[in-house]
Amino acid sequence: MSADATQRAPQGRTLVAAPGSAGLARRAWPWLVAIVAALLLPWLFFDWSTRRHSGFALTMLSEIGLMAIFALSFNMQMGQAGLLSFGHAILFGLGGYCAAHTMNAIKAGAMWLPVELVPLVGGLGGLLFGVLFGYVATKQRATAFAMITMGLGELVAACALMFMGFFGGEGGISTDRVTGTSLFGVSYSSSWQVYCLVVAWTAIAVLLMRLQTQTPLGRMANATRDNFERAQFVGYDPRMVRFCQFALSGFFAGIGGGLYAIVYEIVTFDTVAAAKSATALLAAYIGGAGGFFGPFLGTIVVVLLQSGVSLLSNAWLLYVGVLFIIMVMYAPGGLVGIIAQHAPIARAGRLRELIVPYVRILLPGAFSVFGFVLLVELASFTTIGAAQGKAFKIGPHAVDPATAFPWLLGAAALIGGGLWLRLEARGFRARWDALIADAKAKGVML
Amino acid sequence: MAMRILARAAGVALLACVALAGPATAQGTIKIAYTDPLSGPFAQVGDANLKQMQYILDYINSKGGALGKKFELVPFDNKSQPSDALIALKSATDQNMPFIMQCSGSNIAAALIEAVDKHNSRNPESRIIYVNCGAVATELTNEKCSFWHFRFDAHVAMKAEVMARALPKEVTKVYLLNQDYLFGQSVQRDVKTFLAKLRPDVQVVGDELIPLGKIKDFAPYITKIKASGAQVLITGNWGPDMNLLIKAGIDSGIDLRYYTLYAHIAGGAVAIGPGGDGKVRSVMSFNENVAPEIGNKEAEEWTKAFRDKYPFDFYAAGFRTIFEYLQEATNKAGAVDPLKIALALEGLKHKDFLGYETVMRKDDHQLISEYFVGTFKKGVKYDSEKTGLGWATEATILAKDLEQPTSCKMTRPAK
Amino acid sequence: MEVFLVSLLNGLVYGMLLFMLASGLTLILSMMGVLNFAHASAYMLGAYFAFTISQYIGFWPALVLAPLLCGAIGAAIEMYGLRRVHRNGHIAELLFTFGLALIIEKVVQMTWGLIPVPYRIPAGLDFPLFTVYGTQFPAYRAFMLLISALMFGAIWLGLTRTRIGLVIQAALHHPEMVGALGHNVPRVFTTVFAAGTALAGLAGVIGGNYHVTEPAMAFTMGPIVFVVVVFGGLGSLTGCFIASLLMGLIQTFAVVLDYSVADLLKWFGLTVTSATPFHEVLTVPLPRIGALLPYVLLVLILVFKPRGLMGTRDT
Repeated sequence: MSADATQRAPQGRTLVAAPGSAGLARRAWPWLVAIVAALLLPWLFFDWSTRRHSGFALTMLSEIGLMAIFALSFNMQMGQAGLLSFGHAILFGLGGYCAAHTMNAIKAGAMWLPVELVPLVGGLGGLLFGVLFGYVATKQRATAFAMITMGLGELVAACALMFMGFFGGEGGISTDRVTGTSLFGVSYSSSWQVYCLVVAWTAIAVLLMRLQTQTPLGRMANATRDNFERAQFVGYDPRMVRFCQFALSGFFAGIGGGLYAIVYEIVTFDTVAAAKSATALLAAYIGGAGGFFGPFLGTIVVVLLQSGVSLLSNAWLLYVGVLFIIMVMYAPGGLVGIIAQHAPIARAGRLRELIVPYVRILLPGAFSVFGFVLLVELASFTTIGAAQGKAFKIGPHAVDPATAFPWLLGAAALIGGGLWLRLEARGFRARWDALIADAKAKGVML
Repeated sequence: MAMRILARAAGVALLACVALAGPATAQGTIKIAYTDPLSGPFAQVGDANLKQMQYILDYINSKGGALGKKFELVPFDNKSQPSDALIALKSATDQNMPFIMQCSGSNIAAALIEAVDKHNSRNPESRIIYVNCGAVATELTNEKCSFWHFRFDAHVAMKAEVMARALPKEVTKVYLLNQDYLFGQSVQRDVKTFLAKLRPDVQVVGDELIPLGKIKDFAPYITKIKASGAQVLITGNWGPDMNLLIKAGIDSGIDLRYYTLYAHIAGGAVAIGPGGDGKVRSVMSFNENVAPEIGNKEAEEWTKAFRDKYPFDFYAAGFRTIFEYLQEATNKAGAVDPLKIALALEGLKHKDFLGYETVMRKDDHQLISEYFVGTFKKGVKYDSEKTGLGWATEATILAKDLEQPTSCKMTRPAK
Repeated sequence: MEVFLVSLLNGLVYGMLLFMLASGLTLILSMMGVLNFAHASAYMLGAYFAFTISQYIGFWPALVLAPLLCGAIGAAIEMYGLRRVHRNGHIAELLFTFGLALIIEKVVQMTWGLIPVPYRIPAGLDFPLFTVYGTQFPAYRAFMLLISALMFGAIWLGLTRTRIGLVIQAALHHPEMVGALGHNVPRVFTTVFAAGTALAGLAGVIGGNYHVTEPAMAFTMGPIVFVVVVFGGLGSLTGCFIASLLMGLIQTFAVVLDYSVADLLKWFGLTVTSATPFHEVLTVPLPRIGALLPYVLLVLILVFKPRGLMGTRDT
């Protein structure tokens, strides 16, 4: 263990408390790279013929940004403090409603606030409700806490439909982000400008949440998650720890909600509904609740599935379900967990030796996936999707689901690919174990 | 470990699909983006609509489409969430589609109207027209009206008027039960207004709002209704709220008639069942027995062909009127230019396929067309969803009797 | 008086239906700590299986076969899925059942279509049993009451009088100790999971034709069942029974009591006008929020008595 290594985070990255500006630059550069990459990403979808940004791509990327803040704030409760909440969306949505009302007030001239600070108002709204609901919810922990949050979630969602004054009922509260108040003189009428704002706020929020994990509150939250009884002996009131963590996560969720209000210019009751809370849970779990950046990865996957795959297939919900089941059974640490498992081998310098074994599983894996997707799409098409009136197409080839051929092809690919995969998996497992043993021998496991 | 590979493979496959499906497919078609819930609890609505619309479009295209091009329907699943509908809008405008169509959910419609307005004013080179085929909150062509929004279904106030007009003379006590959100509250308010105006002799003995989609057991409500002595129950409920309500009522055997707005859409007939013979009425833009009743052979043949293909009613045949309007307006505009088409569309008059006169009013972009009140009973020519019972037309309200004043003040775009 | 009696009967029927659903979940949750999101899906499957079976064979065979099918599926899920996930913690189990619920809903949609299926009350039971103050009480509702009562009796007898029942009871309270005593705890788990799923399937057979059988029925029934289970308390079937009846009666009576907080305040001499802050909240009449009362009760009891009404174990 090197002298200046203070802690090791679960991802295997060293949190080195190196002195001086050299250390700061070293820690800051991944963040800067990420921000620059985020700003460059929309140019991949730029339509050079009409010289226009793809509105669809910009909206999707903005959605990823604000949902990532939401999922990370959810993980402040689940991953950091061990509090599983089924109603986190109410903090997100209520923050959104606050932001929407604020923008309407700005537009009407009742107050002055630059548009760039509107997400902050959302955050404060989320904080307020986090304190309110947190007072009730954090009286308990574990399953009782989860059930209380579920009850609160259902209540707020039902109220959002019934009460017109604050929630605007079914139509929601619509707003206009082009208020003419801006610190930088930007109008925010184009999706590109909004995206830049989202990137800025995402960076700020993620940075703040990251720093929070290293505060005493963040550390105590981890402690109460890992060993509740022992943590009580440290001296902090575990109830206060839970409560503060809950309220702070509400603050960040509210920032996400404020950004939602700016991007979509309308906030409706589905922002507080159970489905939204479920999205955060899925994103956090798929990405990996153990690592800090897990929920960010998970959000990318979930948003692509929800808004991207659903455009291609009716059965996207089925794929989501299957993805979960596979992840839960074979990769409970999420995507981050999978990456972390490779870290020791990388440190031992033998990562390259995994390439061939990976290709050997990739091929049968691709076959199985293809076969499964084909079967599901065929089944879905014959009972539901025939609506399209178009023929069932794989790329440019039209396939008739009434004949036996595509079904047989799908079944063969699935079963054949599956059996072949099992064969290869054994070889892969052997290779993997050998590499891990080698890493252990070299002492680079952790 | 296998999981990682599978995940990667799935990712590659996905990207490949996206790349293949990517940019606009056929050149030379007029694309209509259609967004509705196509998955999740309300999927049956979007799915049924999609099937009916595709059938109609095939017919319209067989009659030449517009400007020599065929219409193409591009579905987008919005999962009942406004944010997804707005993403669909972005995708549609990216591909320069001239129309976006949406039928289900006034909350989504409200979001779309505003978004389309803002987009069109900020991006004049990729304008889009919003065709509303079923979101009926009255506000959308009154306070919230917009030049780019065209509604092709009668709004709540108009449907409430139809119901009030169709109420038989001998009914003096009615009970109102609606879902507790903007639409249901709208029904409640408008029905009371029109009853007071057209039927001052009728007494509203009960007025109830229920939480949306939460009530499983309507028996207690039936008890209350019976205790109030009402002869008729007027409700705007749809989906499970309607199915369970009527089922509970019929099971309890009380002497009550049901006047509804949505008993005729997919799933309603099955839910009502044979026990509802003669008891349920619905306000509808079309039912399959209208054509034989008025002796229109051609319309009857056309709707029958759909019926032979699908297990549910062709209740949205009225959508043919929508597409005929779009066809006529596009031809009149001479180019696939949303501004020109919109200007051609407003004020357009058209005789629909049943032979009735309709008009797309210029002031508020609301279609004024005929409406029917149908009774669910035995002994009709075309039954619903193989139950043996079907909808027979009890009353027809013509377009000219349905015109209502509007408070719309829309801003027209400069060229 | 009329309204009271009819509401009482209706509340009992609804409560017993809830109990049929919730009993299985209580067993599963108490024993294995698994928040089974797929429980309502088993309810849906029971209804659909019964529909298909009754189309080809009849309702009475369906009454027996459909729950058995559901139970078999439950056993398979437990043996090949949950058991593997168990070591990854409760959240993993929860997500597993959640993914399962999504898959089942989609498969049901693909198999039986999106619109409701015409699963009807059998002709033999479709008559009014008696009339209460002019409102008919259908025989089918009495049948539902009968089946749920029989079920409760069977469960109670099974748990208290048979050997396996005693083992299950013990495992309900102290699973680790039972394992240490040498009983095959995994097999007990599988049995309980299968039994719980079968019970949900039975509830579906009975409730599916009483309500409407459609793919969304799992999604709508799900949350209220969780409320009942948690309210009744873990480890206690009697608590579950009481909670189900309580929820059923509350929701039924809330509908007929047309009062609001503003009415209550009027009693104390305070009038609420449209200028009063929160007047929208204060003037909401009870029927409008009747369906929300279970959730309010849930939050209240968890805050003050986290073990639930009669819970014997900590959650």
